[in-house]
Amino acid sequence: MVIDPQLLAFQALNGLQLGVMLFLMAAGLTLVFGIMNLINLAHGSLYMVGAYFAATLQGWSGSFVLAALLAIPATLVLGVAVELVVLRTLYDRDHLDQVLATFGLILFFNEAVRIVWGPSALFMTTPDFLSGQVALPFGIIYPSYRFAIIAVGLAVALFLYGLISHTRVGMLIRAGASNRAMVGALGVDVKFLYTAVFALGTALAGIAGLMAGPILSVESGMGEPILILTFVVIVIGGIGSIRGAFMGALLIGVVDTLGRSFLPGLLRATFNPQVANAAGPALASMLIYILMALVLAFRPQGLFPARAA
Amino acid sequence: MTATSRRIVLRALVLWGGLALLLVLPPAAALADQPFYLTLVTRMLIFAIAALSLDLILGYGAMVSFGHAAYLGVGAYAVGILAYHGVNAAWIQWPVAIVASALVAALIGLVSLRTSGVYFIMITLAFAQMLYFLGISLKIYGGDDGLTINARTDFGGVIDLASNVVLYYLVLAVLLGFLLLGQRLIASRFGMVIRGAKSNERRMRALGFPTVRYRLVAFVIAGTMCGVAGVLLANLTNFTSPAYMHWTRSGELMVMVILGGMGSLIGPIFGAFALLALEEVLSSYTQHWQFILGPVLILIVLFAKRGIYGLLGAARESAAAGPPAAGPPHG
Amino acid sequence: MTKFLVSAAAAAALGAAVAATPVAAQTVKIGFIATFSGPGGTIGTHLYDGFMLGIEHAGGKLGGLTPEVIKEDDQLKPDVGLQAAQKLLQRDKVNFISGVIFSNVMMAIYKPVIESQTFLISSNAGPSPIAGAQCSPYFFSTSWQNDDPHAAMGKHLQDKGIKRLYLMAPNYQAGKDALTGVKRMFKGEIVDEIYTTVNQPDYSAEIAALRAAKPEALYVFYPGGMGINFVKQYAQAGLVKALPLYSAFTTDSTTVDAQGDAAIGTFGTAFWTVDLKNPANQKFVADFRKKHNYEPSTYSAQAYDSAQLIDAALKATGGKLDNKDALRDALRKADFKSIRGPFKFNNNQFPIQSYYLYETVREDGKLRQLGRGTVLTDHADVYAKDCPMKW
Repeated sequence: MVIDPQLLAFQALNGLQLGVMLFLMAAGLTLVFGIMNLINLAHGSLYMVGAYFAATLQGWSGSFVLAALLAIPATLVLGVAVELVVLRTLYDRDHLDQVLATFGLILFFNEAVRIVWGPSALFMTTPDFLSGQVALPFGIIYPSYRFAIIAVGLAVALFLYGLISHTRVGMLIRAGASNRAMVGALGVDVKFLYTAVFALGTALAGIAGLMAGPILSVESGMGEPILILTFVVIVIGGIGSIRGAFMGALLIGVVDTLGRSFLPGLLRATFNPQVANAAGPALASMLIYILMALVLAFRPQGLFPARAA
Repeated sequence: MTATSRRIVLRALVLWGGLALLLVLPPAAALADQPFYLTLVTRMLIFAIAALSLDLILGYGAMVSFGHAAYLGVGAYAVGILAYHGVNAAWIQWPVAIVASALVAALIGLVSLRTSGVYFIMITLAFAQMLYFLGISLKIYGGDDGLTINARTDFGGVIDLASNVVLYYLVLAVLLGFLLLGQRLIASRFGMVIRGAKSNERRMRALGFPTVRYRLVAFVIAGTMCGVAGVLLANLTNFTSPAYMHWTRSGELMVMVILGGMGSLIGPIFGAFALLALEEVLSSYTQHWQFILGPVLILIVLFAKRGIYGLLGAARESAAAGPPAAGPPHG
Repeated sequence: MTKFLVSAAAAAALGAAVAATPVAAQTVKIGFIATFSGPGGTIGTHLYDGFMLGIEHAGGKLGGLTPEVIKEDDQLKPDVGLQAAQKLLQRDKVNFISGVIFSNVMMAIYKPVIESQTFLISSNAGPSPIAGAQCSPYFFSTSWQNDDPHAAMGKHLQDKGIKRLYLMAPNYQAGKDALTGVKRMFKGEIVDEIYTTVNQPDYSAEIAALRAAKPEALYVFYPGGMGINFVKQYAQAGLVKALPLYSAFTTDSTTVDAQGDAAIGTFGTAFWTVDLKNPANQKFVADFRKKHNYEPSTYSAQAYDSAQLIDAALKATGGKLDNKDALRDALRKADFKSIRGPFKFNNNQFPIQSYYLYETVREDGKLRQLGRGTVLTDHADVYAKDCPMKW
């Protein structure tokens, strides 16, 4: 099979777009994981709630920008409330307790949005200034909105890089990720730091939910598929590492997209069509999990661990 | 009578009484013309088997497997695929299902047991997801739609599974058998190593036990038991689908274990009954029953870690040494 | 456990007591299984509202019996649907099961329902196996066999002279049936045939591949939320003008408001359109709009007819439910004024009916699908010949 280079470029952009989306999710999750040692399955719920807030606000105001300006703080407030009420009590518990309690949170939130917004999906529209397409070199025409997602994701990555490597808060976060006891020893209010980190993670999940709104349907349970992918990302990247989350997210985004679009074709070229048609899609959707199992089996600390190797 | 001995009596009453009720359920359901409750309790018993098998590694070995539902799927698909090709004989279906789930568990265990902690949780989840997507891509066996099974397992006239009552008693017998087996296993030297490795792996290794190998064997036994639960589930519903392997199903199995009381083997049976009953009862009042279940779950994790069986004063802190208290009367 | 069993036993005893009361004789119990949650949830509402309007127009009774409609949500998951069906059959002991939007759910519940000799009146799903070799005297459809709305579009595209067509559908029974339907009547080149995961949210990779393949036209079948996501993303990719989009069940009143102007000028095919000129339909459409304040869809129309069909049959049997043969004979006559105009059942108990082309336009400020002529007249599905039933 001949791979059309233009198509390859397209799919690479699609992979990049999925990747930055995953990064928005993974950055928060990996910080919470690395600093508070908390497995938060409900991170996907925050993403979902962010999308619901955005869709509702856009429905009322008709403005995407206004929706964005209000939905992200609203999500943040909700996240902080969840941290104060439930998650805070879980920091010292074992992983099993954390998994179960946050699983309970998922059930709660999925049902709560159904009660508040009804069972049918909500839909957001793309803002007018992003509803067109961008013409790139080599005849590639890419939807402006998806381009905006990539831009937002990269901007957030830059912001986090600056925050973490050049500010005092960042220093504390770095210290927390590699040595939790030390942060306390520095005389920092650890509780406050934890809440702040959680709030940051929630805001990022809220941004992801907001950006996903105009592409996907906003519905109960939308957080789980992306949550599972996000876990794959942070495990591959190395828990607690923003750099790992970024690289892992791009890797997963690109591998998943390219796998889905080219693997069946590649298999068709090598095996007989029947085998290829059966195995291709299966292998494509299993690809990232295989990747994760391989990484864990050979490099359990992830590709870019936070703690100095 | 001391408080302890009162508890022991209470527990014996609950266990024997529960068993007696389970034994008379089919005629009672028939009398009341409510076959639905027979189906419901059969389902509960099947999930009790799955939860019990998970407790074996989760409660005693601290192996937090987040992909235990995968074996449910392997067992169910073994039945479904064989039945699709016209093979309904029990002496083929059961061995194939058992060997398949044991093999899958061995493969997953070999890789996963190299890791620990959160990585173990994630890698078991990853393997379960692989099997889930494998199920979706098995187009000739229905793919995402699942596969309708035309006839239940054929025991050659010895047991007629076409009858829901017979299936019910078979499921009950398997559950009791696995419970006995599990208790023997935990009380044995093998079980001692598993429990020992949980609290202090290095010490057990120092004592000369190849702990990883022991844990792998426990992992495979648990996976195989869950595979049998899958066989029974496929027989109950005459249907198999990738949904049986969905990660939320694995989560539910963990919930059952904790809800019932982990590290007790009997506890998870209570947990399975309680969760499915709660689902049934709550969902008859409101379609938003998960809105209630979620917080209940959080409260249990936070405040009632010993679970339902713990309320009966029976569940030990799983880290404690020694076999679980006296055990059920039939133990 | 003990506690639960006690309550289960009590519930069982209570159930028995209720069953023994004579009230049961004057009611007809109908289990209504549909997808009420998730992206397909809107369809469930359209279907249910149509069904209930059918009951209302029958005077709130079905053949003189008081209907008790028990709603069950299948969540678009076959195993959940199966569990719901078993509950309806074993606990509620329903006389009919109706609704059923998605064919994978239908295939999962089909066997247990017909084996219990309960009439299954499909208001939507019409998978090919049930129309053919696996047909049953207990199954009726007031919609269509899955292939046919799509076959109609295949015919239209063939007549229009399209040469290179690209096909997309979700990977489940109805998706496969749909593309089979298009290919039966369309004889030009099929550039590619893509099956995506059911309820897949993002189609960016597929749209990129589609663009690279440069077909002359695109045909998709994406019901409910899938259709909304697909059409929106198709528009975002800037393809609406460049590559004509043809579909069935993708742009209809369940999806069009969310798709917005991107849907204007797209064509589809169906057995019914909102502007069909017959008195039954005009009454249905007018009352539906008045009552629900939204446009009825094909789903509402089909379910409306399901209620009418049950009503007509029960009228013919004098409200008797126990003689299944008499009830079936009455159902087969389809003695009611259908919103699609006159039709009759084939030997497989699927309708023989016409199919129409429709276009999405803006009318009275609303996006509507208006008829653009007949494509197939009195069309019977091709699977009927495999069905051994004769009557």
